[in-house]
Amino acid sequence: MIEAVPAATLFRPNLAMRRLKGAVFVLCGVTSISVGLATLTLLLADVLQRGLGWLDWQFLTSFDSRFAAQAGIKAALYGTAMMMVFTMLVALPLGVMAGVYLEEYAPESRLKHLIQVNIANLAGVPSIIYGLLGLAVFVRGMGLGRSVLAGSFTMALLVLPVIVVTTQEAIRAVPGSIRDASYALGATRFQTVWHHVLPYAFPGILTGNILAASRAIGETAPLITIGALTFVPFVPESPLDRFTVLPILIFNWTSKPQAEFHDLAAAAIIVLLGVLLTLNASAIILRRRLRRRF
Amino acid sequence: MTTTISTQATATLHGATPAPTQYHDVVITDPVIEVRNLSVWYGKTRALTDVSLKFPRNKITALIGPSGCGKSTLLRSLNRMNDLIAGVRIEGAVLLDGVDIYSKGVDPVEVRRRVGMVFQKPNPFPRSIRDNILFGAKINGYRGDYNTLVEEALRKAALWDEVKDDLNKSGLALSGGQQQRLCIARAIAIAPEVILMDEPCSALDPIATLKIEDLMRELARDYTIIIVTHNMQQAARVSDYTAFLLSDETVRGQLVEFGPTEAVMTNPRDKRTEDYLTGRFG
Repeated sequence: MIEAVPAATLFRPNLAMRRLKGAVFVLCGVTSISVGLATLTLLLADVLQRGLGWLDWQFLTSFDSRFAAQAGIKAALYGTAMMMVFTMLVALPLGVMAGVYLEEYAPESRLKHLIQVNIANLAGVPSIIYGLLGLAVFVRGMGLGRSVLAGSFTMALLVLPVIVVTTQEAIRAVPGSIRDASYALGATRFQTVWHHVLPYAFPGILTGNILAASRAIGETAPLITIGALTFVPFVPESPLDRFTVLPILIFNWTSKPQAEFHDLAAAAIIVLLGVLLTLNASAIILRRRLRRRF
Repeated sequence: MTTTISTQATATLHGATPAPTQYHDVVITDPVIEVRNLSVWYGKTRALTDVSLKFPRNKITALIGPSGCGKSTLLRSLNRMNDLIAGVRIEGAVLLDGVDIYSKGVDPVEVRRRVGMVFQKPNPFPRSIRDNILFGAKINGYRGDYNTLVEEALRKAALWDEVKDDLNKSGLALSGGQQQRLCIARAIAIAPEVILMDEPCSALDPIATLKIEDLMRELARDYTIIIVTHNMQQAARVSDYTAFLLSDETVRGQLVEFGPTEAVMTNPRDKRTEDYLTGRFG
């Protein structure tokens, strides 16, 4: 006969060892996060300490110059703003529409699966590859030259996968019961998507787009590849003008021999970080504010 | 026009021949929906086998049976909600006022306007009570007065008195039972002929359940109601007719017995119906 309850003497609880393993695990976690945070804090402290002294109104409103005391980031600020606007004008509608199509319309098929996998892969392609593509297609192929528009199109390609994927995720988060309710009331697929799926997915889609925009602002490599200028003593007036952006200006200043320019670069980094943090924070706040509960 | 329902079971594609459906002696003239030899597959899995029955107008018909017996599949076939599921295949006919809703030239969107549906879990839109009612009306091109429509639908769903002062409140702010009545009001607002209910009370407490059941009796004056329920007492309390479905090893989703609820409950003709009703399985 089999004993239903094993005898208590057969157990070796060894509680001390089990507890110790847990404690070691927690210690590893705390160490890991400390390393990350400490590095970040050091970096920030260094940048702030070197750059804050240069950060004034003159710095924000002057063009680049051979003399550190007169140099500023006006052209790069304009270039960054213009590029972001044109990038999002292209990437937002394309990315959102593609995401909606893939989630709500595309029939389940091998092709859809293939596209899906490839979009995820595209998000991981090194950005310099996009730069080469932009150089071949937009700068030379379409004859746009080294303009804001060529840069924006290139950036749009770069952030498209991010927008498509976040749009899909936001749409997937809308419960199927809502779609059922809409269809059962005699709504067409378009009416269901337009009146229900898109509005309820909007906060998530918005967040994804803001994050995509902030990625576009921080990218440097593709713009260097398509030949954005490093020294720009003018504001781009049309989308076909040549331009520079903050990361390129920073890159340029740090590669100069004069130490003053390195501090100027630190000041520009503060501005760039400020813009990026503002964008990311607004994404988080908007998502919290607009989130719906089902 | 009077037609007798064929009790002749046709052989299924998989070779298994279901035992013939037991129809109690009742002549249903002018059915609102007539199902003829309906079979449904999800991919390769069969869910419904050769079901034929008539749903009497302005009556409540309960679909009962254990889980997986095909009753929800049958219900969702009546307003083509199954079309939304990838890989579904449907054979047979569903005649709504004599016209097969699966025939070419029939738009499922129009079918769903005429055959409304209330789901297991209350699913109001995350919008105001008013917008919940008006959505169906607006998308279907309603030309009447919105305020009248909102009040009428809410009154018919026995919700008006509870929400009339706050129609701009979110539908999600209501209690579960109120949400389900809002969903019923929303379905009524597009003037359907039939209302399908898929276990509408399974997520509700007993008091809210009783309110919905009372409401169903009220609504049966103007609408045909077809309800899927797991609850035998509920089927006995509210329904006029009962259809018992069953899946077994050989046949998936067959209609075992159909007739007036009292006859089916007190005097089942099929041994399996009796076994189910007395709690011997399911």
